[in-house]
Amino acid sequence: MPSGIYTCLSKIADLITANKDFLTELDREIGDSDHGINMARGFSAVMEKLSPDDADIGAALKKTGMTLLSKVGGASGPLYGTAYMEAGKVTAGKTELTSEDFNLIFEAAIAGIQKRGHAVKGEKTMLDAIIPASEAYAKKISEGAGIVEALEAAVMSAREGVEYTKTIIATKGRASYLGERSIGHQDPGATSATLTLEAILDYFKTKG
Amino acid sequence: MVGIVIVSHSWKIAEGVCDLAREMAQEHEKIIPAGGLDDGSIGTDAQRIADAIVEAEAGEGVVIIADIGSSIMSAEAAIELLEDEGREVNAVIADAPIVEGAVCAAVEAVGGGNMDSVLTAAEEAKETSKL
Repeated sequence: MPSGIYTCLSKIADLITANKDFLTELDREIGDSDHGINMARGFSAVMEKLSPDDADIGAALKKTGMTLLSKVGGASGPLYGTAYMEAGKVTAGKTELTSEDFNLIFEAAIAGIQKRGHAVKGEKTMLDAIIPASEAYAKKISEGAGIVEALEAAVMSAREGVEYTKTIIATKGRASYLGERSIGHQDPGATSATLTLEAILDYFKTKG
Repeated sequence: MVGIVIVSHSWKIAEGVCDLAREMAQEHEKIIPAGGLDDGSIGTDAQRIADAIVEAEAGEGVVIIADIGSSIMSAEAAIELLEDEGREVNAVIADAPIVEGAVCAAVEAVGGGNMDSVLTAAEEAKETSKL
């Protein structure tokens, strides 16, 4: 039986790949039309590198991050690559995740993305999905919810974050060249980040 | 001699800029391109940049000159990859135009410049008026 982390990363890869054209279309509107293609290429390489026997969550996340750094090509490569590598550092040696581990993963991933991209919330980036998701997750856990319920809240908040990106001007990346014309379009990075959370939620729901 | 790494989304740009810089600074043997992805497509690859930094290092440090967008983020990630491996990295990213910066940096490096002066030479290139 494949390891939990392999199954979970497979679900992320599958969902990103299934949405390749959708993500690229979003990026065509405000970016350089490559987000879906780049992310699908990156995750296809990730699945080639990972083995179903990879049980160490930290090591698998590190391998994922290093592969994304090399294979994605666009800005999402160093951003997601750093996020996965930082998440790998806080889960080194683990084969199971507690609800608290997910708080650490969120914090590490967000810190990694901010270190690399120098962005804050409200700049029409993936952070506009991930930061509210992280906050919703932490709140649910502090109220005594389990991982599935907390991740459901995280996904809801990430989706709201994607909707919010439609209302604001991009100030980072290629989309910032458009200024006010970027309003009305949802951010591709926030969208792929939400897909990532949906896949993680799906993993925990089907894991039982 | 201070090494130079040229980072571009396009391997043709990276190779071409290196060719030009070597032409202007013929004794410089450590001007290393890190362009595009493995399969030749457009993009930047932090691992490729990390390998180029190692190749360019001749004991006096490395100045990285990059093109647009994600090239700076990938160069920063490359330095961290090497640090995570426990290597001592002496590399800086220049805030410089890729062609002019590379030529000025290469000339300064073969003239015996150190990291600071090579970095300054690259960064001053953006102030140079062409007309």
